[in-house]
Amino acid sequence: MNMDNSVNYSQQQLALDQMFKDINPALSARQAGIESSRCYYCYDAPCIKACPSKINIPSFIASIHADDLTGAAKTIYKENIMGGSCARVCPTEILCEQACVRNHEAEKAPVKIGLLQRHATDNAEFEGHPFERAENTGKKIAVVGAGPAGLSCAHRLALLGHEVEVFEAQPKAGGLNEYGIAKYKLTENFAQEEVDFILSIGGITVHYDRALGKDISLSTLKEEFDSVFLSIGLQDTSSLYLEHEDNDSVLNSVDFIKELRQATDIDQLDIPKDSAIVIGAGNTAIDIACQLKRLGTEEVTLVYRRGEAQMSATGHEQQIAKNHQVRIKTWSQPEKINLDEQGKLRSMTFSKTYLDQDKLKSTGEQFEVPCSAVFKAVGQKMAYPQTEQLIPTISNGKVATFHNQLTSIEGVFAGGDCTGVGQDLTVEAVQQGKLAALAIHQELTSSEEK
Amino acid sequence: MADLSIDFVGIKAPNPFWLASAPPTDKAYNVERAFEAGWGGVVWKTLGEDPAAVNVSSRYSALYDHNGEVSGFNNIELITDRSLEINLREIEAVKKSWPDRALVVSLMMPCEEQIWKTILKQVEATGADGIELNFGCPHGMPERGMGAAVGQVPEYVEMVTRWCKEHSKMPVIVKLTPNITDVRFPARAAKSGGADAVSLINTINSITSIDLDAMAARPIVDGKSTHGGYCGPAVKPIALNMVGEIARDPETAGLPISGIGGIGNWRDAAEFISLGAGSVQVCTAAMIYGFNIVTEMKEGLSNWMDSKGYENIEAFKGLAVPNTTDWKKLNMNYKVVATIDEDKCIGCGRCYQACEDTSHQAIEVTANEDGTNSFGIIDDNCVGCNLCEITCPVDDCITMDERSKGQPYMNWMQDERNPHREEV
Ligand SMILES: Cc1cc2nc3c(=O)[nH]c(=O)nc-3n(C[C@H](O)[C@H](O)[C@H](O)COP(=O)(O)OP(=O)(O)OC[C@H]3O[C@@H](n4cnc5c(N)ncnc54)[C@H](O)[C@@H]3O)c2cc1C
Ligand SMILES: Cc1cc2nc3c(=O)[nH]c(=O)nc-3n(C[C@H](O)[C@H](O)[C@H](O)COP(=O)(O)O)c2cc1C
Ligand code: SF4
Ligand code: SF4
Ligand code: SF4
Repeated sequence: MNMDNSVNYSQQQLALDQMFKDINPALSARQAGIESSRCYYCYDAPCIKACPSKINIPSFIASIHADDLTGAAKTIYKENIMGGSCARVCPTEILCEQACVRNHEAEKAPVKIGLLQRHATDNAEFEGHPFERAENTGKKIAVVGAGPAGLSCAHRLALLGHEVEVFEAQPKAGGLNEYGIAKYKLTENFAQEEVDFILSIGGITVHYDRALGKDISLSTLKEEFDSVFLSIGLQDTSSLYLEHEDNDSVLNSVDFIKELRQATDIDQLDIPKDSAIVIGAGNTAIDIACQLKRLGTEEVTLVYRRGEAQMSATGHEQQIAKNHQVRIKTWSQPEKINLDEQGKLRSMTFSKTYLDQDKLKSTGEQFEVPCSAVFKAVGQKMAYPQTEQLIPTISNGKVATFHNQLTSIEGVFAGGDCTGVGQDLTVEAVQQGKLAALAIHQELTSSEEK
Repeated sequence: MADLSIDFVGIKAPNPFWLASAPPTDKAYNVERAFEAGWGGVVWKTLGEDPAAVNVSSRYSALYDHNGEVSGFNNIELITDRSLEINLREIEAVKKSWPDRALVVSLMMPCEEQIWKTILKQVEATGADGIELNFGCPHGMPERGMGAAVGQVPEYVEMVTRWCKEHSKMPVIVKLTPNITDVRFPARAAKSGGADAVSLINTINSITSIDLDAMAARPIVDGKSTHGGYCGPAVKPIALNMVGEIARDPETAGLPISGIGGIGNWRDAAEFISLGAGSVQVCTAAMIYGFNIVTEMKEGLSNWMDSKGYENIEAFKGLAVPNTTDWKKLNMNYKVVATIDEDKCIGCGRCYQACEDTSHQAIEVTANEDGTNSFGIIDDNCVGCNLCEITCPVDDCITMDERSKGQPYMNWMQDERNPHREEV
């Protein structure tokens, strides 16, 4: 991507960035050369099938091996314009690398596809944007939400010659890349650099601080644009349903991560000094626990109702937590949030659990864990703007999509976390944005021929 | 423990590993350290007439394998750039301190009998064990009428060899250049000139790579370059073939050979010896990894010989020569077919891609329910070319199994499909 980084860093910002160094550092050119030679250039490569965005992995690795980083990066961007951030955030151990044929060898060492993808996207140099836009189609499309799904959709539409206007509730684009991903995965200003890179294709206008349901409505968008793409992600968090959950020291993990990612000075953050409890078992729980550790919280205990095997965080993620000296307490469910006389958070009480024929039950035995903060990471939910009149069909709490990412409303497509398609991953969002763009293009250009 | 010692045309050495005439044998300092490390012998860096040659700066370039290791090495250096007097003095001193090691002196002189006569006397006086005639240097020296320029003309090879045999009692080894169409001709010439042995190969004319920014071949000397001499692992197959050709040529059969070219470990050495070499010489491997590699070479060769029950080098020398024959004598009734071991197969599909695109469409793909593929051989289509076995990344996953149906030996000269067959 290689964009000029013109942000002026303060000493405080630098100090904070120092605490959040890359968890998975880049390969050197020599390492990348050797790693690229490990790829077998498979026929009908299983890694491609396992990549949600269907990047031609053997091809880009062969280009790296032949010293053509420009070609490698183009191959990646052709399918996934956020190849740079995906290289950093994708849980490759359950995606491409899990499918690599080299897992079946005695060494069980897959090709480091993610790191090679990063090597290509970090080091390729382009004069301007790598792709040229098709001739203007005269069509205008509105994209709601500038997260990975929205940006990917907007980019593909712009590439195909359409004009795109993006409406984003926040003052910055990038979605969870900017506000949610662990700071040690997307470091420094990478998220914004990538946004700039994507927008440099031209034809995309982003309107910041413009929220659906507040500043705009779906019905007007439908009137003013040829098509609409909804990619508003998840806005709501799940609750523990415990008394005192509204205490100041009981926080939503995603809110804290957002503050952390936006902070320019560690003093802007309210960091628990001696002890924190994280409740949850997904990647968000791991992320917050590790980030607290890096910020200096002495004791971080991650508590989960079930066992390690049932955690949705991958084994790789669990290992990261262990490497950060996070204590993982399983088979324990939250019972009480305990405050002292002044109403200050003091501890949490848990009860031990066990499985009785697939049903989680309490043994009745209770224990207390002292803490100065509790971070909830028990899941996020979609909250479709309540003020909206025109509402697409919602199913299982998410926007229902049918063929080609189309919603129940004609001309309105959706993708990313706000839909029920696929796993909630950056790369999935990128793919759904891309597929929706192709479907929109198909619809808009074929209807013209009629 | 196997006995590694050799007697090569009367030159005795504790092991067959000699350093070839090149920078590693350029001076007493190097050679003494090589002997300390355990090398059985050296061929001293080629001596020439004074004034000594002068070298350019930037002299080597290389071809690298996938892991960044040197697979081919290229140089534009000349023969020794030190005076004859210093070299001769050092040779004498080193031979005195290391009487049990082979010390052969490489020579390259203009084609005048008197000059050869003089130098031969001087070398003989040092106590050196023998001489090697450098008819092979492909760069710099031919332009002065020496090296490859002589080696490419069999008549000259024979003439100079004869002078050497006439004017000295030392064993004469003729080092052959590979930069020639048929290496048997200079080998035959060396033999008729009375050579005690041939050594081969010297380096092959080469350009390893072009610097696409500078638009010049490497190594670059002030923006310009010239072809160099190629050596290292990449030349081993060429060297082996040339050694084999000489070993099985009826006219030169039995002529002792010192094998050179791409030798880097015991196995390479064992291969040269099995094709008839009585000693082996190493240059590039020592230049890249240092003198200590001889430790593993000796150890490995000895262990392998023990495992095969070969008590000494002679016991397996030349054993592969009778099995190296002409294409027309190969058995047309022999058949192998590829077999895939499904338990070992990792499903990369390289075998399929290779056979389908470029060979005989003898591998079929079956799509599995989980999205992976299985690969199997279509016996009837397989011609037994080995391509799939070569491209398969898993050891022993594809094997070539014999399917000859008890038919007798029949070569192409006897084959009915040959319109020019000889009636039996
Ligand atoms: C803490 C955390 C860590 C994660 N870590 C990883 C990881 O390591 N790897 C990985 O692959 N995935 C990870 N994910 C998941 C990943 O971030 C998401 O799957 C991905 O960002 C989804 O993209 P999206 O575009 O659908 O939604 P989002 O990224 O959420 O973007 C939605 C955008 O819409 C905007 N928006 C919302 N409502 C409105 C409105 N009403 N009007 C206008 N704009 C609106 C939002 O401001 C936002 O910019 C993580 C998620 C979280 C929460
Ligand atoms: C830098 C260099 C200089 C060489 N100089 C000589 C030389 O002076 N005389 C000679 O007979 N061969 C010379 N050679 C050739 C080597 O002796 C040897 O024949 C050749 O390198 C092949 O062996 P290898 O593959 O083990 O390197 C030289 C080779 C190299 C790399
Ligand atoms: S599966 Fe592994 S070896 Fe095969 S193409 Fe993909 S990365 Fe390369
Ligand atoms: S040996 Fe040759 S013909 Fe037979 S299957 Fe392998 S590649 Fe195909
Ligand atoms: S090349 Fe080897 S490992 Fe790969 S599919 Fe063929 S048999 Fe299996």
